Amino acid sequence: MKFTSVLAAGTAAVLALGLTACGSSDDGGGGGTEDVTITMLPKNLGNPYFEASTAGAEEAAGELGATVEEVGPDTASPDAQVPFINTAAQQGVAALVVSANDPTAIGDALQEARDAGTKVVTFDSDTEPQFRDLFVNQASAEGIADKQLELISDQIGGEGEIAILSASANATNQNAWIALMEEKLASDYPDIELVETVYGDDDDQTSFDKTAALLQSHPDLKGIVSPTTVGIAAAARYVSTSEYKGKVAVTGLGTPNQMREYVEDGTVEAFALWNPTDLGYLATQAAAALAAGDITGEEGDTFEAGRLGEFTVGADGEVLLGEPFVFDESNIADFDF
Amino acid sequence: MRTVLRRREAGIALVLLVVIGVTTAIQPGFLLSGGGWRDLLLTPSILVVLAVGQAVVVITRNVDLSVGSVLGLTAYLTGRLFIDVPDLPIVVVALVAVITGTLLGLVNGAIVALARVPALVITLGTLYVYRGVTLTWAGSDRIDAGDMPRTFLALGTRQVLGIPVLTIVAAIVLAAVGYYMYTSRGGRQLYAIGSDPDAATLQGLPVRRRLLWAFALNGALAGLAGVMFAARYGTVSSGAGTGMELQVVGAVVVGGVAIFGGSGTVAGAALGAMLLLTINRALPVVGIPDFWQRAVVGALIIGAIALDRVLANRRSRRLAAERDAGPPGSAGPPDGSRPEQTPPGAGPSDREEATA
Repeated sequence: MKFTSVLAAGTAAVLALGLTACGSSDDGGGGGTEDVTITMLPKNLGNPYFEASTAGAEEAAGELGATVEEVGPDTASPDAQVPFINTAAQQGVAALVVSANDPTAIGDALQEARDAGTKVVTFDSDTEPQFRDLFVNQASAEGIADKQLELISDQIGGEGEIAILSASANATNQNAWIALMEEKLASDYPDIELVETVYGDDDDQTSFDKTAALLQSHPDLKGIVSPTTVGIAAAARYVSTSEYKGKVAVTGLGTPNQMREYVEDGTVEAFALWNPTDLGYLATQAAAALAAGDITGEEGDTFEAGRLGEFTVGADGEVLLGEPFVFDESNIADFDF
Repeated sequence: MRTVLRRREAGIALVLLVVIGVTTAIQPGFLLSGGGWRDLLLTPSILVVLAVGQAVVVITRNVDLSVGSVLGLTAYLTGRLFIDVPDLPIVVVALVAVITGTLLGLVNGAIVALARVPALVITLGTLYVYRGVTLTWAGSDRIDAGDMPRTFLALGTRQVLGIPVLTIVAAIVLAAVGYYMYTSRGGRQLYAIGSDPDAATLQGLPVRRRLLWAFALNGALAGLAGVMFAARYGTVSSGAGTGMELQVVGAVVVGGVAIFGGSGTVAGAALGAMLLLTINRALPVVGIPDFWQRAVVGALIIGAIALDRVLANRRSRRLAAERDAGPPGSAGPPDGSRPEQTPPGAGPSDREEATA
């Protein structure tokens, strides 16, 4: 599978070279969007999350009149993306949209592609800033922390005890979000008390048992916030089969497929994550804007991203998708990742 | 001799009761609420099944480190079958998982018994091989609760007369294997092999066949545990069961099964599993900080091994004294109640022969 997809990419490269050779009599300075080819390189193929982002990329390409080609490895290993990046560079595609499996391992390959004139946009997972033109960030730490507090506050009526079920105790992302949530709780939610933070190590079983312990040691607990997809599913699973169902709110960051069961049975009212379709859409719009020369990736550049409106490039070439997306009973059926 | 062994299991049971008692005194819901009672019985059931299987292997002076990976593979297989063959009855799915586990166990057993390579190394290898298979197969895919039938998931928490179904499954496994190990010729031979593999071979015991059998049984139980895992947790990723092998070995050791084989009971291992997980659940309830909980569990394992050592030394000293004092041949276990077909030296009391 891996081999055949490399082969397929290789064949495409040969074809593209042929095409380039044919078209070499043109002046090559078109700059229009009519013949823009964008290569979409997710972490791995067959991953529903990236299938959703590619769908968004194709939607954007359709609107722009560009072509999106998705290639990628079967497994998300650090250097598996390198041959695909090399192929894209040889093809001379206008832009490469990539979710990096490793912040540095693919750096050299990306640099080569950029030297060959390909614009590089990372999304979902960034490389070191010097290897790409833009990073389309799915959510900011502040946005994630705020959204989770907003959700739990809504669900418990603005007051009561809550607890956090995190990933491992040294998880950088989670710790940053938790610190922000603690600050925000103290300043904006005086009636909500965070009684405990426990760590489920992103392991179903551990998270499950920690949820049980939380509920037992805090009989007045009204809500659990789990800023990790494994944790929220485990907490929801525990609560859905216990006497706490309907009494203790569970929210946090989860994926629709994991949470569908619990949203449908009423254990979970709403939870957040970004929308990968929008993410792919925005990344492709940004790539097209770069390829067309509308922006260069400098801080302060602005570009129009179709249905999502106007975006401004922030520090370090980052473009922020926006607030996390809230999934609930009304929209969960529209997503499959 | 048997009273000492009995005391060992009684000791674990006593510690377990103390843990439950103290925790309940601090937080009555730990035992007295519906959910507390259910969790008390339900949480250890998967580990009990694994510990029973592991105990059988450890009694033969081997170890199977691949059980966590076998559990992961069969749990994912269970979910996959529900997705790919939606009409398959739950019993058939469970059976396929158990058979798969048995085959994986047989691979372990075959290499250990036929190639005579230490089980520690072989099963460390298959730990990675089996996990690799799961990773390749599952990738970043995951089985979610919504992918499995509700009736199957309900088994994970359903109770019959106040006792969870999974606990009943674990109890049946424990009773069946315990009965086999204690009464049958094959079971006693496993003890004999663990006490002194060379002596067992010289005696003409079918060592290879018994070892194969022990690993196959352990694999089958790991497969069953995989099904239970899927039903209980409702989510199976490629990492399911990672690190569980150490928990299982910990449970077996805490339960009084000597890591060098030949002594201990599956009931002890099951109690060890219950104790470990109950302590795990009790520590946060009584307010011990998250980070200390592992240290407490580790201390418990070291304590159990130290106790094991002290008891074994004391026994061998006493037996040596008896041997020096009494007429020749009187050092054997005064245990006439056991069935006649039991080969000499194959009792639960033959530990001292290995350590003397």
